[in-house]
Amino acid sequence: MFTIIGNVFKNLRSKYATRLYPYEVRTPFDGARGKLEIDPDICIYCGICAKRCPANAIAVTRKPDKTWTLDPYRCIVCSYCVEVCPKKCLHMNSKHRSQEQ
Amino acid sequence: MAKNTIIPFGPQHPVLPEPIQLRLVLDEERVVSAIPVVGYVHRGLEKLAEQKDFLQDTYLIERICGICSFIHSLTYSMGIENMMGLTPPPRAQYLRVIWSELHRMHSHLLATGLLADAFGFENLFMQLWRTREHIMDAMEATTGARVMLGTCCIGGVRKDVSEELLKSVLKTLVTVEKELDEHMPVLLNDYSVKQRMCGVGVLDKQVAYERGAVGPTARASGIAMDLRTQGYAAYGDLDVEPMVETDGDCYARTKVRVRELYQSLNLVRQAIGKIPDGPINVPFKTKPDGEVISRAEQPRGEVLYYLKGNGTDMLERLRVRTPTFANIPPVLAMLAGCELADVGVIVISIDPCISCTER
Amino acid sequence: MINNVENITVDNLLDKVASKMPLGFRFVTMTCVDCGEHFDILYHFDKNYELSNFRLSLKKGESLPSISGLIFAALVVENEIQDLFGVKVTGLVLDYEGRFLLTETAPERPLCRVPGVMMVEAGKPAEAAEVK
Repeated sequence: MFTIIGNVFKNLRSKYATRLYPYEVRTPFDGARGKLEIDPDICIYCGICAKRCPANAIAVTRKPDKTWTLDPYRCIVCSYCVEVCPKKCLHMNSKHRSQEQ
Repeated sequence: MAKNTIIPFGPQHPVLPEPIQLRLVLDEERVVSAIPVVGYVHRGLEKLAEQKDFLQDTYLIERICGICSFIHSLTYSMGIENMMGLTPPPRAQYLRVIWSELHRMHSHLLATGLLADAFGFENLFMQLWRTREHIMDAMEATTGARVMLGTCCIGGVRKDVSEELLKSVLKTLVTVEKELDEHMPVLLNDYSVKQRMCGVGVLDKQVAYERGAVGPTARASGIAMDLRTQGYAAYGDLDVEPMVETDGDCYARTKVRVRELYQSLNLVRQAIGKIPDGPINVPFKTKPDGEVISRAEQPRGEVLYYLKGNGTDMLERLRVRTPTFANIPPVLAMLAGCELADVGVIVISIDPCISCTER
Repeated sequence: MINNVENITVDNLLDKVASKMPLGFRFVTMTCVDCGEHFDILYHFDKNYELSNFRLSLKKGESLPSISGLIFAALVVENEIQDLFGVKVTGLVLDYEGRFLLTETAPERPLCRVPGVMMVEAGKPAEAAEVK
């Protein structure tokens, strides 16, 4: 009738299922999509990433200065821009954007 | 003469994961009828899909729902590939099947956990969601994200999975199966659970067919309907059969979901055993033109996509009919004649996904 | 291409739908497409995993008779079409009168192209914070 009793006793004897965050932090998996980063020396400001972004989060200007801006609140971390970049200057960091920024 | 009172159930209710309002017409403690009021999460996604081109729509379509997101993008990609005459390579088809079945497992674990929470069994709710975390880790390790996978693209999949990762997925499944063997007998055989679920919310087979029930709601009433038997993606090489129960009450719907969990475990193991080597997508240069209808089996039932293209980048019309949209009229039939205290259990037993319904 | 489409008119709509039900077909859904001068309304039925469809051409301004008297499940879709496209549906079993999905402050008939709502913000890139 009370089939859960065995499970309850087992849980009372075992250790925590949760991690003591923030003292223990999980290492992210390789290839996890956390946030977008750019290497500005290689970028040629072609604007392909801005055209392809589904959320319109990237803005690229060529005149009067060459700028590349990312709106982090709009970015959906889909990494479509990483695929289409012809110079491969964009990459995904596996750690998510933290509160300090 | 009894006086009828009207009580609003929702939109904020501890039992509901998403907002929907049901106006219950009550006679003392018994529900006479119910009127649904929806529209709390309408985001206008069909309009937004016409403003973006068909390649960006792949990312938008995933975000219609968080629980069945991969299968939305799978159905969309299958529709566009049909329109353009593309065939994805076999390795991509098998990877799509593996991710679909992992998605189905995490969705059913979520649904049974919420059902346990609906009648107050919080311990079982936490245990089932802890099992679900193993599957979310497997999805993050293979694709890079836990919920919105972002791997299905037009022509195949975007990311390949190495042999070691597939072996680690198999090891995760062994842990998951052990935990399922511990928890599922509690859900199905416990005396207090059966008192709350047996005989509650009965849906007759004829009523279910006429009102258009799909998914586990229909299979629990005796209708053997499962679109995976039609063999889209790589399901033609795997053996799938619909899990059918005949009682039509909440207990039967839960039992169908539990049996499908074990079936999905088997399907993932079969797919990993049979996956061939090869490329993962085909290149293309054409634009979508014409009309097409594509269907797939989501965890909650049958989803239908109607796509119309006119030869340019933008699609002319994208229409989505999700399974919970079709399951609302059967719920109104189930609620007639039940007690007020059972309304929460009945609504959760069809596994409502209101953000899918309203897009 | 969709195969198995039959063209019908407003007059024989109810008879055609009534003839499908005794044959064991299940109602799946309806789709409305704005084709400029008229609406194309498609009805989808399913039996043994085979879809069979009806196509109805409705001029803008005409009203559509409801099939919810025959098929209760159709009322959800017909209310949605009423809201999003502005098509007047007559004879609904449960009529929400344009408030099924949209609220009072929402734009009218958002999916209808002419006249309708055009999204002005599409394609505008971001101007906000710099990347770190």
